[in-house]
Amino acid sequence: MEKMIRTDAFVNEIAALPGGEGVRLCIQCGTCTASCPNADRMEHTPSQLIAMARAGMRDEVLSSDAMWYCLSCYLCTVRCPRGIKQTDLMHALESLAVREGLSHGRTLTPAMYRSFNDFVYSLGSLPEFGFMTWFHLLTNPLRAFRLVPVMLKLLKRGRLSIRARRLTPQGTRQLRAVLDRAESLGGAR
Amino acid sequence: MKYYTYFPGCSSSEGGAKAYGWSARAISKVLDIELIELDDWNCCGSTPYSSIDELVSFCLSARNLALAEKRGLDLVTPCSSCYVSLNRTNSYLKEYPDIKARVDEALAAGDLEYHGTVRVRHLLDVLVNDIGYGEISSKVKRSLSGLKIAPYYGCQVVRPSPGFDHPEFPQSLDKLIACLGGEPVPFPLKSRCCGGSLIISEEALALDLIRKLLDCALSNGAECLVTVCPLCQTNLDVYQSRVNKRFKTSFNLPILFFTQLMGVAFGLGDEELGLKTCIVPAEEALAKYL
Repeated sequence: MEKMIRTDAFVNEIAALPGGEGVRLCIQCGTCTASCPNADRMEHTPSQLIAMARAGMRDEVLSSDAMWYCLSCYLCTVRCPRGIKQTDLMHALESLAVREGLSHGRTLTPAMYRSFNDFVYSLGSLPEFGFMTWFHLLTNPLRAFRLVPVMLKLLKRGRLSIRARRLTPQGTRQLRAVLDRAESLGGAR
Repeated sequence: MKYYTYFPGCSSSEGGAKAYGWSARAISKVLDIELIELDDWNCCGSTPYSSIDELVSFCLSARNLALAEKRGLDLVTPCSSCYVSLNRTNSYLKEYPDIKARVDEALAAGDLEYHGTVRVRHLLDVLVNDIGYGEISSKVKRSLSGLKIAPYYGCQVVRPSPGFDHPEFPQSLDKLIACLGGEPVPFPLKSRCCGGSLIISEEALALDLIRKLLDCALSNGAECLVTVCPLCQTNLDVYQSRVNKRFKTSFNLPILFFTQLMGVAFGLGDEELGLKTCIVPAEEALAKYL
């Protein structure tokens, strides 16, 4: 009986998230896994993640690296015979994992996403050079040196802008007011 | 003259794909399209924001949509990721009243409101469906006859929403190439993923996906490949030498934006198309047509 309660709690939690409703509809056909370009890199395949979620394995699912290998290519979503929004489900699991502060296996993708978001939140735009440099400095400064050839090539071809695009002062204030309010309202999940 | 509100996205405005923005504007002029840039737009948040904080991600898009709604025109973007983010926000705001209530409250903090009326379009959709193949081919000055081109769609221009083309076997870009006189080669991986932003955090994995795409294009006889997305272009072009190093291959396939290819066929000059921004030089493959 205790197991039943534990099982239902996590499924209910996922089903309550936008995009997570379909978790109960899964028939474990494996179409998502067969379609996923990265399923072989994941600790657990997309269909396994759903099976584990339904078995109540909350910590195992959220600390897995699986969803961080999702490319958001939406192939699983358009192929799922049960209409599950599998890509959105992956995003939902990513957000839950971040919120719970659970570790994410070996992947640097969460750190990369956060570096991206820091720039977007503070500037309202994404300066590619600054973002990539910042990400490498945060995770492994030595790796930043490997970027040098790429950066030089882009620079030579006139594709590298060091300065970020700025919104007008009014636009910046407006965007900040909107995003600050959004943060105070909590995540969408 | 047709009028649209234009959302370039970070990459095609002042970022690494600025040539996409230049060439989009140049061919629009030829086709009597007026792209009016959305004033003071902000980044759409892309996949990184929707993966980590969905409410903020919706609000980033919603501010742009609210600004665009005042104009009453379709919102056109050349970027597949902006296209998905803005569209996804539109559909979530319709589907989930709870999210809509919170997004409305956040927008109100910036004196904005959004009523859900903006139609978000990809530039490819506008060109082939509003302007049409006939009109496009009537502007061709230098037919691309004999040029074998791999039509690469990538993921997000055709997925997830039921959009303007088939989610797995799209045809619009193939037909567009043909109406420029070029030859679209069979390209079975045309809507498979280029690795997206994981090229930054999981380079080895993304390089493998890029290798498969280059290999598929080349083995079907392509002399160049066209993309409809800034990130696809960057991954296939900028990282092509990394693929060669890692897999001991010798790919040398020019990767163009579809708007650049259209510009070449329309007889436009390099200063408008930015062909020199390609890392893998495109001049040789296009020599006959320039």
